[in-house]
Amino acid sequence: MNAPQRLLGAAAATLADHSRLLGPLPGVDGAGILRAAAESSLTGRGGAAFSTGRKLASVAAASDPVVVGNGAEGEPASSKDRRLLATAPHLVLDGLQLAARAVGSRTAYLYAPADLLRTRLEPALRERRDDVPVTTVASPGAFLSGEESAVVQAVQGGRAVPTSTPPRVFERGVHGRATLVQNVETLAHLALLTRFGAAWFRGVGTSAEPGTRLLTVSGAVAAPDVLEVAGGTLLADALALAGGPTEPLGAVLVGGYHGAWVPAEAVADIALSRDGLAPYGAAPGAGVVLALADSSCGLRAGADVAAYLAGQGARQCGPCRNGLPALAGTLRALADGRPSPLLVAEVQRVSRLVEHRGACHHPDGTVRLVRSTLRTFSAEVAHHLAGRCTARHGALVVPSETEEAIA
Amino acid sequence: MSERLHVDWTACDARGTCLDLLPELLEADDWGYPLARTGEAAPAVPPSSRDYAVQAVRECPRMALRLRPG
Repeated sequence: MNAPQRLLGAAAATLADHSRLLGPLPGVDGAGILRAAAESSLTGRGGAAFSTGRKLASVAAASDPVVVGNGAEGEPASSKDRRLLATAPHLVLDGLQLAARAVGSRTAYLYAPADLLRTRLEPALRERRDDVPVTTVASPGAFLSGEESAVVQAVQGGRAVPTSTPPRVFERGVHGRATLVQNVETLAHLALLTRFGAAWFRGVGTSAEPGTRLLTVSGAVAAPDVLEVAGGTLLADALALAGGPTEPLGAVLVGGYHGAWVPAEAVADIALSRDGLAPYGAAPGAGVVLALADSSCGLRAGADVAAYLAGQGARQCGPCRNGLPALAGTLRALADGRPSPLLVAEVQRVSRLVEHRGACHHPDGTVRLVRSTLRTFSAEVAHHLAGRCTARHGALVVPSETEEAIA
Repeated sequence: MSERLHVDWTACDARGTCLDLLPELLEADDWGYPLARTGEAAPAVPPSSRDYAVQAVRECPRMALRLRPG
């Protein structure tokens, strides 16, 4: 179950180390990069899993496009982009140059946390003689700061909040130009598969989930860490690679705070793939795997995450601004053991009021998490309605909901 | 050509003009924002409502509405 460490094994602090390890930036032309990306079936690793080849081709068809490497990683349970940017900055920067070449762009940005820009990425950029100049933009830590239209806003000098779509940013983005916003892990994969070929890329993983992917495994495991696994790896194997569960698990949150729970009894047989996770309403997303101990209350954990998400809205769209706090508050009341069966119906009703009614997917992602919580922990819900909680201790630690939403 | 009523949620401020003009299509949610009676995100506009939908787009004080094909 140990996958080749393609990304994590490409750690190199300097350009000289990086070049020694992987050779120079390949000279292949834009068409060759587009072809390799399409043949590799690489998908975006920021969460949406859109085909990288198709996205590149779409932006390449536009005139004078912009490319943005997205390292914002606003997801609290994810630290894989941070790890990658800190250990293999030149791999990501290679990917950004190749993406710019593929789409015919002369304008590139790297959007990442300020501390990483200062300590790793700007020093790395100073070592390079890139064809396409790269402008760095600091990303705020907020949950939605990595959403693609929020990225475009930030690059334009505005507040990093989503805008109404359509148009999507690959049609009209930075200053009205077609914009490729690509997660930094995706760029790192592009840098490798351009060197070694699509067949090499597909030589690991499954036909539906080719290549490797980074995971952030945390929660009730012995050695929480960022891991690189083959596509389609079993969820149980991912947990084992992080030292295994420290106690019997109740469920595993997969995909992130906009993701869904996989109940513990399913963990042994479920692959971290779109097909494997679909029955649970989950997807690999940005590679978040968060193990919840059976001794923790899943309902309270879900209420904590919902409260965090309600606090992270951009305060722009009425149904989301009003609906998410209402939703989180109702789930909290249920978790706190106010025994009213009306609360469950109220969660469902408000979920329908919020769903699909915003500029971005924040309301939809939050509803997904809330519905998954009620479904996965239905037995716990019944206990709470009877005035009991079976948990022995508190649940996940999530960042305070009072934390400033938008920097 | 069929059309849908699209709301820019970043602009909508629950003023209610569209609710007055299109009661057959929209109702107010808990907070006064327009909610399609069909449950659709961007409701299809039937031909009988088209004139009022055009008026709603024109008169929305927040310019949050638009008709789009679909």
